[in-house]
Amino acid sequence: MTEMNEAPQGASRPGDGAEPLLKLRGIDKHFGPVQALYGVNLDLPAGQVTGLCGDNGAGKSVLTRCIAGVHQPDHGEIYFDGRPVHIRSTRDAAALGIETVYQDLALADNLDIVQNMFLGREPLRRGLLDEDSMERQAAETLSTLHVTTVRSIRQPVASLSGGQRQAVAVAKAVMWNSKLVLLDEPTAALGVVQTRTVLDLVIRLRDRGLAVMVISHNLNDVFEVADRIAVLYLGRMVAEGPAADFDRQSVVEYMTTGSSSGRPFEPAGSASGEG
Amino acid sequence: MTADPGETPAGTASAGTAVDLTAAPKAAEADVPAALLAQSLGQYLRAWWIGVRSGNSGVLPVVLAMVLVAITFEIITPEHAFLRPSNLVYIFGLSTVYMMLAMAETVILLLGEIDLSVGAVALIGGVIAFKLVQQPGPGWPWWAAVLAALAGCGVIGALQGTLVARLKIPSFVVTLGGFLLFSGILVVVLGGANGFLTVSASVPSQRVIYYMVQGVIVPIAGWVALAAVVGAAGAALWLRAAARRRQGLVAPPAGLTAIRIALVALIGAAVLAICTVNRGTPLVAIRGVPWVIPIVLVVLGAWTLLLQRTRFGRYVYAIGGNPEAARRAGVSLAGIRTWAFALCSATAGLGGILLGSFFFGEYSTNTADPGQLVLYAVAAAVIGGVSLFGGRGKALHGVLGGLLIGGIAYGVSLLNLGPLATPLEYIVPGGVLLGAVLVDVLSRRGAGSVTGV
Repeated sequence: MTEMNEAPQGASRPGDGAEPLLKLRGIDKHFGPVQALYGVNLDLPAGQVTGLCGDNGAGKSVLTRCIAGVHQPDHGEIYFDGRPVHIRSTRDAAALGIETVYQDLALADNLDIVQNMFLGREPLRRGLLDEDSMERQAAETLSTLHVTTVRSIRQPVASLSGGQRQAVAVAKAVMWNSKLVLLDEPTAALGVVQTRTVLDLVIRLRDRGLAVMVISHNLNDVFEVADRIAVLYLGRMVAEGPAADFDRQSVVEYMTTGSSSGRPFEPAGSASGEG
Repeated sequence: MTADPGETPAGTASAGTAVDLTAAPKAAEADVPAALLAQSLGQYLRAWWIGVRSGNSGVLPVVLAMVLVAITFEIITPEHAFLRPSNLVYIFGLSTVYMMLAMAETVILLLGEIDLSVGAVALIGGVIAFKLVQQPGPGWPWWAAVLAALAGCGVIGALQGTLVARLKIPSFVVTLGGFLLFSGILVVVLGGANGFLTVSASVPSQRVIYYMVQGVIVPIAGWVALAAVVGAAGAALWLRAAARRRQGLVAPPAGLTAIRIALVALIGAAVLAICTVNRGTPLVAIRGVPWVIPIVLVVLGAWTLLLQRTRFGRYVYAIGGNPEAARRAGVSLAGIRTWAFALCSATAGLGGILLGSFFFGEYSTNTADPGQLVLYAVAAAVIGGVSLFGGRGKALHGVLGGLLIGGIAYGVSLLNLGPLATPLEYIVPGGVLLGAVLVDVLSRRGAGSVTGV
C-alpha cells in the first residue's frame, strides 16, 4: 500500500501526440454568480512539466483544486489515463495518484519530517504506529530525490529552512506511487539557492516519469523547467503548447491581455513535439 | 512572507559549514531533539545544553523547580519537616488528583483548546462512583461503579467535545458552562452545601475505593515489582534502541539509553526507600508503597502510549500544530476533538474518585472545590511543560507539574500562616503559573524568529 514509486527506467517521454496522463475538456466552474472557469481544456502528459501561468484571479487555483478534488467542476470531463473519472474528494485524487503541494505547504511545524510525510496514512503494526518502516521509507524517498541536506529526518519541520520544507512537502507528495504532482507556487517564498534546489527536484520528478504541473508567477522558473506552458486569462485557457512556442514576452501578453500581438494563440505546428 | 529564513542565522553559524542548505542555522539547532544530532554521549550533552539555553528542554525546568521548591520549604518550614518521608508520601497522595487532571488537560491543551470543566467533571465522576457503592443503596461492586463513573464522565466529555468540534463553539465557553453546570449539580447530589458521601473500609464493595490512595503494598512486594518492571522495560528499551541503531535508524547513543534506564531504576529505588520508612507510629507501623503510585504510573503509561504510538495521538499533535495540514491529510478533526474531550473527562473522573479516596473515603463540598481543581490542573500541565498554544507537551509533563503544584500547596499549608494560608495557596501557584506561561510564550517566540514563519 505504501510501495515506493520506482523510477521507471527510460521512462517514455511522449510527445504531444501521445495520450496525456490527465486530460481536461470543457471544464466550467462557477461560485454563485461568479464564473471562475470557462470551458477549460488542458493536457498534462506523463514525463513532462507543464507550467500553468496566469495573473491573479485568472483561475489557476480553482483549476488546480478541480484536479485535486477540492472543488468539483460544474461541466466538463476529466480523463485520467484515457478513462473518464470523477474526482469528488482529495481522497479520490490520491487514489488516482494525484498529489498536490499547496503554497502554504500544509506541514505541521511541531511534527518531525517522517511524521509529516506520513500524516494521515500511517502504517500500523499490531495497532501501533510502525515508526521503523515509516522512517525507512521516508529516508528512501528523500534520498531518491537527492534531498540530503537535512541533518536528521527526525528533526521537527519548524527547524527546517524554506527550501528544505518545500523539499519535504514534495517528497511527501511523491511517496505514494503518485503519477501527477501539482505544485502551487513552489518557489514563491524561497531564496535563490533554495529555488534552485526545488527546481532541480521538479526536474527529477519529471525524469522519474511523473506528470508535473507547476503553477507559478515566476516566468524565470517556468521557462527553466517547463516542457509545456498553459496560460489562463480570466478563466479561459488562452494558450497551451510546448514551451518552445513561447517566449517571455508572449507569455506576459497572454497573461495580461489574453492574446499576443493582438492575435490569439496558435500552435506553431499542430501535434509536433519539440524533439 | 518569509525572507529566506535559512540564511538569516547563517551569519552566526559556526565556521566549517558550506554556504548551502547543509548550513543548518545554528539557532535552529536548538529545536532539534538533541538525541538526533549526536553520535556520542559528549555530543549529545552539548546539543542538549544548546536546547536548555533556548528554553526547549523538556522536563528539566519542572524538575529543577521541584528541587528548588523542596529545598526552600525544607528550610523555611517549622522543624524542617517538608522532606520527611511521611510528608513526601502524603504530598504524592495530595497531588494525585492534580496529576490525573493535568494529564487529562494535557490532551486538550495539545489540541490548542482548553477544558475548564475538568475539576467539576472529576467531582461528578467521584460522586457517581461513591453513590453507586453505597449500602444501603445501589451497592454495586467497586469495579462496576468505577467503570460507570468513567463512562458517565466520558459521555459528558463527548457532549462538550461535540459542541466544540461540530458546532465550532470555543472550548473556553463550552467548558466554562460545563464547569458552572456540573459544580451546581454536584452540590445538589451531595445534598446541600454541607452534604457529604462516605465509603468505608469495612464494607466489602467499598473497600477497594477506600484503599485506592492510602492502601499500601508490602515493601518486599514493592521491591520485587520494581525489579520486574524496570528489568522488563529496560530490556525492551535497550533492545529496541539497539535494533534501531543496527538498522541505521535514528536512535540515541547507547550510553544515553543506559543512563536513562539507570535513572529510572534509581528513582524507583528512591521512591521505594522513602515509602519503606515507617510513617505511622512506632506501635502502628505504616510502611510500603501506596497503591496510588502504580495507579498513576499505569494511567501515565496508557496516555503516553496513546499520544506517542497511535494514530489518535499523532493526529492530536498534528491538529495542535497545524489543523489545516491535518484536515488536508484526511484527518477527521471533529472526531479526534470529540474523542479527546471524552478521554479527558474520563481521566478526570478517575482523578475525582482518587480524590475521595485520598480523603479517607469522604466526599464533601469542603474537600472538593471544582474551581481550585481546574486552576491547579491547568497550572500543573503548563508548569510541567505543556504549551498553551497546542502541539507541544507530554503526559509526563502533567504528572510532574501536578506533583510540583501539590508540593507547593502542601508546603504553604505547613507554614502555619493562619489566615494567610488560604490566599497563599492561590497566590503561589498562580505566580508559578504566570511564570510558566511566560516561559512558554517566550520560547515560542524564540522558535518563531528562527523559522520566520
